[in-house]
Amino acid sequence: MSIEAIHQVSGTAVYVPGADIDTDRIIPARFLKCVTFDDLAEGLFYDVRFNAEGEPVGHALDDSRFEGASVMLAASNFGCGSSREHAPQSIYRAGFRAIIAESFAEIFFGNSTGIGMPCVCGSAQDIQALTLAVEANPQLSVTINLQVMKVSYGAESFPITMPDSAREALITARWDSIGELLENAAAIEQCAESLPYV
Amino acid sequence: MKDIVIEQYSSIIMGKNLYQKVWDEHAVGVLADGRTQLFIGSHLIHEVTSPQAFGMLRDLGLAVKFPHRTFATVDHIVPTDSQEQPFEDPLADAMITELRKNVAEHGITYFDLASGMQGIVHIVGPEQGITQPGTTIVCGDSHTATHGAFGAIAFGIGTTQVRDVLATQTLAMEKLKVRRIHVSGDLRPGVYAKDVALHIIRLLGANGGIGYAYEYGGSVFDGFTMEERMTVCNMSIEGGARCGYVNPDQTTFDYLANRPYAPKDTEWDNALLRWKSYASDSDAEYDDVVDICAADIEPTVTWGISPDHGIAISEVIPDPEKAKTPEERESVLEALEYMKLPAGEPIKGTPVDVAFIGSCTNGRISDFREVAQYLKGHNVAEGVTALAVPGSQITDAICKKEGIDKIFTQAGFEWRAAGCSMCLAMNPDKLKGDQLCASSSNRNFKGRQGSPTGRTVLMSPLMVAAAAIEGEVADAREVFEVSDQKESPHPRSLN
Ligand code: SF4
Repeated sequence: MSIEAIHQVSGTAVYVPGADIDTDRIIPARFLKCVTFDDLAEGLFYDVRFNAEGEPVGHALDDSRFEGASVMLAASNFGCGSSREHAPQSIYRAGFRAIIAESFAEIFFGNSTGIGMPCVCGSAQDIQALTLAVEANPQLSVTINLQVMKVSYGAESFPITMPDSAREALITARWDSIGELLENAAAIEQCAESLPYV
Repeated sequence: MKDIVIEQYSSIIMGKNLYQKVWDEHAVGVLADGRTQLFIGSHLIHEVTSPQAFGMLRDLGLAVKFPHRTFATVDHIVPTDSQEQPFEDPLADAMITELRKNVAEHGITYFDLASGMQGIVHIVGPEQGITQPGTTIVCGDSHTATHGAFGAIAFGIGTTQVRDVLATQTLAMEKLKVRRIHVSGDLRPGVYAKDVALHIIRLLGANGGIGYAYEYGGSVFDGFTMEERMTVCNMSIEGGARCGYVNPDQTTFDYLANRPYAPKDTEWDNALLRWKSYASDSDAEYDDVVDICAADIEPTVTWGISPDHGIAISEVIPDPEKAKTPEERESVLEALEYMKLPAGEPIKGTPVDVAFIGSCTNGRISDFREVAQYLKGHNVAEGVTALAVPGSQITDAICKKEGIDKIFTQAGFEWRAAGCSMCLAMNPDKLKGDQLCASSSNRNFKGRQGSPTGRTVLMSPLMVAAAAIEGEVADAREVFEVSDQKESPHPRSLN
């Protein structure tokens, strides 16, 4: 299985406001009625972007200045709540390739790494400064470099963190773990047999 | 090699907790990125998060490795007014058809609508005796933490991981830290497992558990029934912890005896010995310990849009002006604006439009029995829609046999068929507009119960019943005259 190593992600950015953004907010439950992930971009943040009549209410994601953004900026505990992979999938399918936040909920983080969309943590101050820079210049190119664990934009840069194993998986093209898991078939059989149940 | 020696050596010095024991037994090996390849003993699936995983398997040309280790049911999209097919919603119908196709193709055990055993996946697993001590259990659903009540390491996964488990029965995992949460003393009358869960989340925060497994213990958990333990473990995820567990004991074994998938005869005796050995050693090491006094816990309700927005029923709604930090002020303001609730006023007396008793947190037989004991002779207030939704067909059948459904309907509740229902409203059970729902479920997120402006107030099932009767958020102890003197009419041992 050929998967790509992800050393860095570059693109324009958009800030999605609010702490503790849960996966119900990222994609409301009614959009989960599907048997493939293909059309999920449509439901992304739907209830905070549109009113009851389906008219846009002026969310950053609908602001034409940020059109084409591929880096999402967020606050703390991003992606909490349900384990639904529909959430990172909808973000990915809407064109995003990385998220910078103060912190991430664990399952969301793992789901994102698993589809090759790095989630990195920066300090509140650094993210705020970046947000201001992006608001001032929406065309600003933001680069997340996983090799040196830095975000850079214009003349600025700041350090970011990510668990070693996830970083390793992304930069060595092992973020989709299926290949490696399949390789250890013998060890799996052995473990299955040694287990005292089923 | 050196690492292994050091680990063995250190385990002689101090005891192990259950998480470490189960982890070690299920570790297949270490992957190149440093993560552990963890063997998954039992895999539960449902219609929402599995179809895409089966699609990925097909694309990769892979088979299900151990089909007998996967169990399926349907819960999120099932209508509860009638489970008859075809469903009104063609999308929901397509999802159940897809699940049936997948389980048939791969030879997976499936508790379908006609089986009499269908229900919310986290209620079905324990009911069937699939959930056992010392096992690893996953499901594409964050409330998989529920199964930890049996001393299993159980956690929610994403759909790509569902694919991994189907194809290899393993996952690439990072080991968690373990926090022991010790609740000592006795709960006061009218205080339930749900209040314990909401209290813990309030204390430690909605993200306090990130990176941790929670081990719950102390006299309160020792005295809890399995169902009460499940309620608390279920909401570990609302506290940010991916899994939560209680050490297995006699209560656990008694619950499992004679369940369909539990070991039988001599196997049972062997299983008992083994199960006991998984409990954390008395000198086990923890990364963190939190002590909570049971007497401090009051019936707790939420006032905002995050499960850690909890207050005792006697308290007032927080005032943003009294916030300690600008961030806290912002977050209180946002929550109050959404909830349309007045700062500084008592939460008691907040008008309620809908009352919902159900979900994988509080839709078990004990929940309905407990409420039924108090509900007789009371009526749901005018204008309030009250739903009682059993978590499984078995729960429904027992309630009907015991006449519990009648007690609910006579009081003015609608008695529904088994499913997730208004917990997340993927079926037709939805709030309308900005209706406020007193709910025994687990999440009060914006829009969670089906209306983008719908409002959720989380509480215990008895508190939901009290709210339904009063038409406003109320103290169940007053409504039902639960006092220190009066024994609970429903002794715990019967649960
Ligand atoms: S009852 Fe609610 S929380 Fe539980 S599995 Fe169903 S939707 Fe999820």
